[in-house]
Amino acid sequence: MSTALIFYLFAGLTVASGAMVVSARNPVHSVLWLILCFFNTAGLFLLLGAEFLAMVLVIVYVGAVAVLFLFVVMMLDVNRAELRAGFLHYLPLGGLVGAVLLGELVAVAFAWRPSESAEGLTRAPQPDPMQVTNTQALGHLLYTDYIFLFQTAGLILLVAMIGAILLTHRRRGGVRRQVIADQIARSPRSVELRKVQSGRGI
Amino acid sequence: MTVTLDLLPVLPELFVALCGLILVLVGVFRSGDATRPIATLCIMTMVTAMLLIWALGPDRQTGFGGLFVADRFAAFSKQLILIGSVLSIALAIPYLEREKTARFEYPVLVLFSTLGMMVMVSANDFMSLYMGLELSSLPLYVLAAYHRDNPRAAEAGVKYFVLGALASGLLLYGVSLLYGFSGTTSFLGLSRSFEDVSGPPAIGIVVGLVFVVAGLAFKVSAAPFHMWTPDVYEGAPTPVTAFFSVAPKIAALCLLTRVMVEPFAAMTDQWRQVVVALALISMLVGAFAALTQANIKRLMAYSSIGHAGYVLVGLAAGSVLGVQSVLIYMTIYLFMNIAVFAVILSMRRMGRHVEAIADLAGLSKTNPAMAFVMAVLMFSMAGIPPLAGFWGKFYVFMAAIEAGLYPLAVIGLITSVVAAYYYLRIVKLMYFDEPVESFDRPVGTAPVVAMSVGTLVVLGFTFLPAPLVTGAKAAAAALFPTG
Repeated sequence: MSTALIFYLFAGLTVASGAMVVSARNPVHSVLWLILCFFNTAGLFLLLGAEFLAMVLVIVYVGAVAVLFLFVVMMLDVNRAELRAGFLHYLPLGGLVGAVLLGELVAVAFAWRPSESAEGLTRAPQPDPMQVTNTQALGHLLYTDYIFLFQTAGLILLVAMIGAILLTHRRRGGVRRQVIADQIARSPRSVELRKVQSGRGI
Repeated sequence: MTVTLDLLPVLPELFVALCGLILVLVGVFRSGDATRPIATLCIMTMVTAMLLIWALGPDRQTGFGGLFVADRFAAFSKQLILIGSVLSIALAIPYLEREKTARFEYPVLVLFSTLGMMVMVSANDFMSLYMGLELSSLPLYVLAAYHRDNPRAAEAGVKYFVLGALASGLLLYGVSLLYGFSGTTSFLGLSRSFEDVSGPPAIGIVVGLVFVVAGLAFKVSAAPFHMWTPDVYEGAPTPVTAFFSVAPKIAALCLLTRVMVEPFAAMTDQWRQVVVALALISMLVGAFAALTQANIKRLMAYSSIGHAGYVLVGLAAGSVLGVQSVLIYMTIYLFMNIAVFAVILSMRRMGRHVEAIADLAGLSKTNPAMAFVMAVLMFSMAGIPPLAGFWGKFYVFMAAIEAGLYPLAVIGLITSVVAAYYYLRIVKLMYFDEPVESFDRPVGTAPVVAMSVGTLVVLGFTFLPAPLVTGAKAAAAALFPTG
C-alpha cells in the first residue's frame, strides 16, 4: 500500500514536472523543472530496486547535465518570438504528417503480435537479481557482453570532439597566450624579491 | 583463450582504431603542419588493414558474442571501402595544400569514418550496425563542412547532419519495432523468429522493415530519400565529395544487402517490393534530373543516385547471383568514380578550381591524355560495351531477369539509355567543341595514379574478369546459409 502510494507520488510528480518543462515560459525555470523531474525519476528507480541507476541519474544528470543546460540556456539569447514565427505556417502540413504517422502507429499497436520466443529472449541478458547486485549486472553487460559497442560509442564521442574542435577552433593573431612551460622554466634569478616597508616605496 | 578467439575477427578494426588514436596524438603534439606525414601514415594504416583482412582468411568467424561477424562478404566490402578511402585521401592532400586548408584532422577523420564503415559491413546485430553507422556518419558531417568559412560548405554540413539524424531516427524506430516483435536485435535471432511465423508476417514487422530500409536508403542516397545528395555533393569540398561518392555509399549498400539477405531472408517477398520501388525511382531520378545540370559535381551526384538504383536492381533479385552482381557493380563503380573525381580535381585554371561542365570544352586539344581518360570513363558510366560499366549493368540485369523482374530490367535499360545522353554530352564537349582556356599543368602524381588505375580497371575488366567475378561470387555465397 505504502509502496503504491510512493510510486504514484513520484510518477505523478515526474509527469507534472515534465509537463512544466515544456510549458514554462522562462527557459531557466524549464531547467529547474527538469531537475525536479530527474529527482522523481531517480525515486522511481529506487522503488524498482535499481539503486545504482538512481544514484547515477542524480549525480550525472542533476549534477552535470542539468547544470550544463543551465549554462547553455543562460548564455544563449533565444528569441522565442522568432522561433514561433514559422509555427503557424508549417502547422497544417506538419499536423497532417503527424496525424498520418499517429494513425499508422495505432494500426501497428492493434495488430501487434510478438513471436513466441520474444519474451524469453528479452529476458535472456538479465542475470538473477537474487544472485548479483544490479551494479554488478550492469557492469557485466556493459564491460563484458557489450564491450565492443561500449568502445565504439567511445570512439564516436572522440570523433564528435575532434569534429567540434575542427569546426570551431580558431587561432587569432595578436593574442598573448599563456605558455606554462616558459613560466615554469624561469630561473629564480630573473625575479627579484624585495621587502617593502610600509609607508615607503622602493 | 576465449579472449584471443574473440579478438581475432576484429583484428583489422582494432588495428585501425589504435592507429587512429595514436595519429590524433601525433598530430596534436607535432609542431608545424603535420597533414602530409599523418595522411601518409593513415594510408599505410589502411593498407596494413587490407593485408590483415587478407591474412585472416575467408572463414566465417563471429566475435563478441555474435555482435560482429567476419566472413567473405565483409572482407570483400572492406577491401572496396579501404581502396576508396586510400585513394580519396591521396587525392585530397594536394588539393587541401593548394587551398591552404590542410589540417591533420582531415585524414584522421577519414580514417575513423572508414573504421565505422568496416564495423558496419561486419555488423551481425542491429546494435553494432547502428554504432558503425554513427561512427562512419559523424566524421562525414564534419568533413562536409570542412571549409567552414565557405557558406555553401557550412550549408552542406548542416543539411547532411539534419537529414542524417532524421535517417538515424527512422532506422532506430524500425529497429525498435523489430526488437519488440522478436525480443532480440541479433541478425541470427531475427531470422529465426521470422522463419517461425506461419502465414503473412504481422503488420508491425513490415512497418519495422520499411523504416529500416528507409533509414538505410538515406545513407545510400536512393530516391526518394536523395534530396540531400546534390546540395551536399556540390557544397562540400571536391575531395570530400569524391570520398562521399565511393566509400560511404559502398558501405551502406553492402550493409543494406546484408540486412536484407541475412535477417530478412524469410521476408524476401515483403522487402523486394520496397527495394524494387527504390530502384525504380532512383534510376528515373538519376537519369532525368541529371539532364539539365551545369555543374559537374551536381551531375555526379545525380549519376551516383542512378548507380545506386542499378545496384538495388541487383539486390532486388535476392539471390546469390543478385548479391554477386551488387558486388561487381560496386567494384567497377568505385574505380570509375574515383577516376572521374581525379579528373574533376585536375580542373584548375590559374590555380583556381572550376566546376562547370562547359569548362571541359575542347579538352581533347589542350590535354589529349586527360580527355581520353575522361571519355573512357564516361563511356563506361553510360554502359557502352566492352567497357567495365557495361558488364556491371549486364550482371545486374541478368540477376533481375533470372528472378523474373522483367519490368524492372526493361525500365533499367531505358533509363541507362537516357543517362547515356548526359555522359556522352561530356565526350562531345571535349572532342567536338571549341577549346576554352587550358587547365593548369602539371596535374600532380595522385590524380594521375587514380586516373590510370581507374582507366586500367575499366579497360581491363573485359579481358580479365575472372578474379573479380569469382571473388564476388564467393563473397555473395557467404551470405546464403546453404551456399
